[in-house]
Amino acid sequence: MEKKVFFRGWFLPILLLSPQLIISIIFFFYPAGQAISNSLYLPDPFGLSSEFVGLENFLFLFNDSYYLSSFVTTIFFSTSVSVLSMGLGLYFALLADRIFKGAGVYKTLLIWPYAVAPAVAGVLWMFLFSSRIGVVSWYLGLLGYDWNHALNSEEAMGLVVLASTWGRISYNFLFFLAGLQAIPKSIIEAAAIDGASFWKRFRTIVFPLLSPITFFLLVVNIVYAFFETFGVIHTITSGGPEQSTTTLVYKVYSDGFVGQDLGSSAAQSVILLVVVGLLTIIQFKYIERKVHY
Amino acid sequence: MNIRKIFLNVCIFLMLSTSAVFAKTQIEWWHAFGGRLGELLDEQVQKFNASQNDYEVVHTRKGNYSETLNAGIAAFRAKQQPHLLMVFEVGTATMMAAKGAIKPVYEVMAESGLSFNADAYIPPVKGYYTTTDGKMLSLPYNSSTPVLWVNRDLMKKAGLNPDMSLATWSDVGMALDKAKSSGTSCGLTTAWQSWIHLENFSAYHNVPFASKANGFAGLDTSLSFNSALHVKHLEMMGNWAKDGKFFYAGRRNEGGANFRAGECMFFTESSAGYAGIKKEAKFDFEIRPLPYHAGTKAPQNTIIGGSSLWVMTGHSADEYKGVAAFINFLSGTDIQSKWHQDTGYLPITIAASEKTAADGFYNANPGTDIAGNQMMAKAPTENSKGLRLGSFDQIRGIIDEELEAIWTGSKSAQVAMDSAVKRGDALLRRFEKANK
Repeated sequence: MEKKVFFRGWFLPILLLSPQLIISIIFFFYPAGQAISNSLYLPDPFGLSSEFVGLENFLFLFNDSYYLSSFVTTIFFSTSVSVLSMGLGLYFALLADRIFKGAGVYKTLLIWPYAVAPAVAGVLWMFLFSSRIGVVSWYLGLLGYDWNHALNSEEAMGLVVLASTWGRISYNFLFFLAGLQAIPKSIIEAAAIDGASFWKRFRTIVFPLLSPITFFLLVVNIVYAFFETFGVIHTITSGGPEQSTTTLVYKVYSDGFVGQDLGSSAAQSVILLVVVGLLTIIQFKYIERKVHY
Repeated sequence: MNIRKIFLNVCIFLMLSTSAVFAKTQIEWWHAFGGRLGELLDEQVQKFNASQNDYEVVHTRKGNYSETLNAGIAAFRAKQQPHLLMVFEVGTATMMAAKGAIKPVYEVMAESGLSFNADAYIPPVKGYYTTTDGKMLSLPYNSSTPVLWVNRDLMKKAGLNPDMSLATWSDVGMALDKAKSSGTSCGLTTAWQSWIHLENFSAYHNVPFASKANGFAGLDTSLSFNSALHVKHLEMMGNWAKDGKFFYAGRRNEGGANFRAGECMFFTESSAGYAGIKKEAKFDFEIRPLPYHAGTKAPQNTIIGGSSLWVMTGHSADEYKGVAAFINFLSGTDIQSKWHQDTGYLPITIAASEKTAADGFYNANPGTDIAGNQMMAKAPTENSKGLRLGSFDQIRGIIDEELEAIWTGSKSAQVAMDSAVKRGDALLRRFEKANK
């Protein structure tokens, strides 16, 4: 059943919406419009001159096989980061939820990594795995494994996924823990009395009741993996080796801010805008249906 | 009473001191130096500020080379640009093409009436930053060139004579074979692979890196580092990588940590690695000239890396006078020779190099003159004057990727370099179009 409320006239609704509208226009529609218009030009870095080139920036991108493969890289990277960080976050939350003594200490320690900025986290992991002289890679060397993420693309990908996941587990942990604590104990106790095992209780009661939070975290984590991980990638691999860790967002950054190719960078942002738009539609249209509020 | 008096005094003091500061014309300088280099740069600025009363140079660090260039460009777009901007050699073509954003150094100096002699700078440095008719566009600041760093202790341990010839790559190859068979885990590593093994390689062997005199003669240049000689060199390196004789640590100077830790026997790296290696290496090290291939036009001369200072447009005539005074101060012999001796960067003026020799620095620190000699060995040719290519930071990224493909063995040297040339040319055409 839906309730409908009608307002008379336009003034009040517009007034009530205006703060959000103004923010959206200034921080979203205006820059997005700029990106779209820039993507049709080939400017010089200093903004001294600019030539209209139509869709040439887009053609240039789609003729670049590395750009096309960075779509695959992005999908793999975002999925890995989201699944790993949410899975581990949920796992730790389940454990922490059952602890009675010293729960505060565990919780604090688990939340800590979230306070580390992505770029700093990247540097930490880079030092640990620095080939042959990092602490971890040195021990791996003793075991006979020659770790070198500057050359091995699987190792490079593994390392950026690990570094991006690490700080994110805390964030997911926090939300899952809050979600778990909001589930009435009486339901779980009733199920336990009926003889449901822990796993069965989790599958049929806890997880469905967590679904709004899981859905929220899925959206937020994918946005994170898309847009906020470039600091980690920049510090650990700079997108290498052979662009195997170059995600779409990292390429926008490196072409625009390192390479000074603002036309191509703008065209990539437009493509990214479309991709994220489609992703959001899919998420809300198909996945949200399975969520119980 | 007392507090009020103190407050009054503080106020008067602040008024006087701020007005004193504002009476001087401020010159802003954005740069990329932190750590020890930052301290040495600050020392130069303090000296200048103390030497006269009209101008005050204020310096700010804006991050690494790329970040500093970006900050300068963003500031120009917002009309907040500094007077002086440090730009690394890779950004030279970008700055030169930005005609409305830069004021050439020769023009600044001519307007100020102060004397400035571009010929005081050593030819390879001067050539990099001047127009084709010899007018200085930006002020050379720090310059270095690649050399071969040798861990003599590891050579002895491998049963090699540490005084053996390492002049050619086949000498190096023989030493690596011996070291490998006696169990050395890292024979050779490198820093800045594109700069050393392609850009300097081309100049040193007197073969073109790109057409149109490496881009000096026009924006319609195209890359040519996929020649037989280039491919032969990279094939050799690729085989060494496969056999575990060449250890690749990363695109920048990551390999330096492995060399300084005493793990690697040979290390191709900038001469400016001197300060770090001297401080950290707990072994007997030596500097040798960069090896070359016998039976070629080598050794010609190597080219520089480093940065220069660009004067930006949009400031008053009085401020440009201050900039000129500062440039005049920086090119002085005492400043230059001190900078060279403290940092390991090259002496970039002829007088500074002579003064350093007269000071006895080269005798006390053997090998520190090798880089300079290697660069000055012959008069630069069209192929060894330097590089002037647009979007070069990105092209280096492409080269890095393709070289990595050779090191892992996923591409042959010829295929990788053909691909790098093709992808790089596409960027050069975009740059040409954007800067018509």
